[in-house]
Formats: sequence, C-alpha cells, structure tokens
Amino acid sequence: MTIRGDVLLAILLIALVSFVCRAGGYAILRNIRPPAFVEAMLHHLPGALFAAYVTPSLVAGGGPAWIGALVVTAMQIATRNLGLAIVAGVAAVWAAQVGLG
Amino acid sequence: MAMSSPQVVFTRYGVRRGARDSLPLWIGTVPFGLVVGVLAYAKGMSFIETGLFSATVFAGAAQLLVLDLWADPAPLVAATIAAFVVNIRMAAMGAALASWLDRLSGWRLWGTLATLVDHSFALSVKEQREGGRDAGYLLGVGVGLWTCWLVATLVGHVAGSIVRLPPGHPLFFASTAAFLSIMVGLWRGPRVDFGPWVVAGLVALAAHRAGLPEPLPLLLGTFSGAALGAWVEMRAQRA
Repeated sequence: MTIRGDVLLAILLIALVSFVCRAGGYAILRNIRPPAFVEAMLHHLPGALFAAYVTPSLVAGGGPAWIGALVVTAMQIATRNLGLAIVAGVAAVWAAQVGLG
Repeated sequence: MAMSSPQVVFTRYGVRRGARDSLPLWIGTVPFGLVVGVLAYAKGMSFIETGLFSATVFAGAAQLLVLDLWADPAPLVAATIAAFVVNIRMAAMGAALASWLDRLSGWRLWGTLATLVDHSFALSVKEQREGGRDAGYLLGVGVGLWTCWLVATLVGHVAGSIVRLPPGHPLFFASTAAFLSIMVGLWRGPRVDFGPWVVAGLVALAAHRAGLPEPLPLLLGTFSGAALGAWVEMRAQRA
C-alpha cells in the first residue's frame, strides 16, 4: 500500500503525455494543418508501432508464440472482441507450451 | 464532414445514455483490464500505484507497453516516450469530434477530452452520424469505460498477488496478443500496410539483436515503418 517517488513521477509523466495526446489533437490539429508528410506519418504510426513491438516478441517466443499469434488474429477477425482474443491467445500459448514442452 | 451545428448540447441525460451504451463494451474491457492488473503486480507496482496508473493514464495499449518496459527504478524517459507514441493516435480523434467539442468549455471540454478512448470515439462518431447532438454522450461512454477499467485492473492486481506468475508464464503473451488484435483493426490492406509493418518489425528486431536499449528498438522500428508508409503515400499522390 505504498507509492514510491520514482513510480509516482513516471505515472504522472505518462498521464501527462496521454492527456496531451488526447487534448492536443483537438487544441492543435483543428487550427493548424501539419505538413502532409507528418500527417501521413501520424496515420502510419500506430500500425508500425505495434509491428515493431510484436515482431521481436514473437521471434523470442518461438513456436508457442506463433501459434498464439495465429489464434489471436483468427479470434479477433471472427469476434472483433479484444478481450476474448487476448484470452484465447494466452490459452493457446499455454496449451502449446504444455504440448511442445 | 459538415456536422457543425449550433444545436449541440451537453446534458445529464446524454452522459447517462453514453454510460449505458458503454456497458456492452465492458465484456471486452474486463479481461484486458484484468491482464493489465496482473502484469502490474508482476512488475512490482503496488495496489495504489496500479489504481493511480489506470485512473490517470486510462489507455490499455499504452499501459501494457509501459509495463513491458517497466524496471526498477521506474524508466521515466522510455515509458514516457512509449506512452506518447502509442497514444498519439488519439490526437486525430479529438480533432474529428470538433463539432461537439467546440460547443463545450471548462471542465466539460477538458474532462471529456481526458476520458477519450478508441471506443468512446467510435460510438460518438456513430452517434454524430445518426444526428446526435448531445456531447454529454461522449463523456458518458468515457466515464463508463473508465470505471470499468479502474475496477478491472485493481481486481487483476489482487488476483496477481494471489496467483504470482513465474517469468515466462503464458499470461505475459497478453501484451503481444493485445497488440495483434489492435493490428487486425488497423489493417487497411496489403498495399498500404504490408511494407511499413514488415519494415517496422525487421528494424526493431535488428536493433534488438544489435543490443540497443529500450525503447530504441521500438522507436527505430516504428519511425522507419511510418516514414516508409508516408513516403509511399506521398509518391502515390504526386503520381
């Protein structure tokens, strides 16, 4: 039941940039149109970010991780339910680890 | 989008209706929140810290990514940069909802913006397209999901303290699973996304292998991929 100073500072900084992202879009983007290249990059940032995250993690995770990735993707396409897809993916990795291990 | 209208209002009824419409989304939010709570415990966050984290940041993907980078002492710079890059997508949402937000001021405006998330954006755009004029709806969906998120992550934290995950536990796959699910929604077809995503993944992987510290591999991969995507888009426009 404690709050550490460095953790508190990190949380507040993360909260601040998150708020700046939410409010800044409204406050800035509707008045100023960013250069076309910057705008195009903003559209591509989320997908590229997630690709940059999952690739090293899948490579490190090996077979079970790739099986999990297939299940997550299929589940998300079929149900469009994020929570369900996550749970199914974790279950698949767990089953694959037991099966392959 | 010619939706700007002087008749936009902000009523308690709209807030309540938004909160009610958020209820079906709890089905997807609860497991996501539980996972974030369990991981927060596994990464050494206290119950209060986890609550503060969820209450003030309120962004699942960003919180997962931050927890993945989490270390002792707290990685201020890496975590802040990572959160910014994940959440920058929300900047476009606020701009797109301007026809409602323009009619608000003070706590109603900034409070509504503070609770803006993918789902409240999506529901509100739908509401706008159907002729909705009550901007309270956006805040209602946001507050409904915020409540669900806070409770789910705290319950997850308690569950994590009971279960205690060993390193390499399948639950740690949850972050990757969450991002893959989000990628399914972001996919705009192979011509737009295949190249940028592959480049982003490979650059990040190469940076990892080269031993660069976090979040450099993530950032290098992200910006290489996004730059490629933007470059291809610009070239297509000129042609």
